[in-house]
Amino acid sequence: MIDVNKIKIGDIFSEEIVNNLTRTQIVQYAGVSGDYNPIHTDEIFATKVAGYPSVFAHGMLTMGMTGKMITNLVGDGNLKNFGVRFTNQVWPGDTLTTKAEVKSIETISDKTQITFEVITENQNNVPVITGSAKASF
Amino acid sequence: MSKKNMPIEKGHIMMFARAIGDENPIYSDENYASEKTGGIIAPPTFTQSSAQFDPDYFLRPKIGKPWFGSGKNPTGIEKSKNKTESSTSTNILHAEQHFEYHLPLKPGDTLTPQVSEGEKWEKESKRAGLLKFSESITKYYNQDDELVITARSVGVVTEKVVEN
Repeated sequence: MIDVNKIKIGDIFSEEIVNNLTRTQIVQYAGVSGDYNPIHTDEIFATKVAGYPSVFAHGMLTMGMTGKMITNLVGDGNLKNFGVRFTNQVWPGDTLTTKAEVKSIETISDKTQITFEVITENQNNVPVITGSAKASF
Repeated sequence: MSKKNMPIEKGHIMMFARAIGDENPIYSDENYASEKTGGIIAPPTFTQSSAQFDPDYFLRPKIGKPWFGSGKNPTGIEKSKNKTESSTSTNILHAEQHFEYHLPLKPGDTLTPQVSEGEKWEKESKRAGLLKFSESITKYYNQDDELVITARSVGVVTEKVVEN
């Protein structure tokens, strides 16, 4: 977790959020979230019917894994806002890294609010998620 | 719109944390969590699993009904002659998701989602043809009628299949 007193604008933090994403993890996410769209878990459907090269991860799995990096950074229960755009698909075998850059630090009635720009990239440095997060301390 | 209550349960939170690869004991260890936040809390994207509690959720197979995933054949649903009839479209993608957190979400809470439609817009894309965006806003209230989380989701229907 970050030290709120030492943090400054422009600081960048990063964490690998998944290494070699497995189809099984996508199945785990389908099961727990209730989104059983076969496009995420059914290779035959995804390739033969939907026309994709393989199954691909739920956007919300990538957001969930990105959120893990954010809560590791800002601590538990401090997150106030978290929003993303899904810019590219995430495929089995992908390795993803999330980077968070401090964009603003404000003090509002004895609370420090820190806003981060958030980007999750795959192993080819292609952004799969771009967004922002705000935490209050 | 529709109201489907979502009970927040410890086991569900633990499984959700496993699925996103998050080993933080705040999501599973009561002793650890009680010192840190007064008890187990839910991960930031947990309300996405409210689909489990929607009896009509279209991306869950229903007993006795054909399912569009593979079985004997690559899909269990015959191609509709009338394309506009398709309710199992594979070209609906999640474009954006935003959360605002008002209160911590804890096991024992019961959330009532209130869903409202937001804006709709269109955009032309080289990669995917005409894109039709639509926004949906869900306000999750707890058992004491307090607003816990506001979620804003943007979906996009693409003309063509999108690949990286």
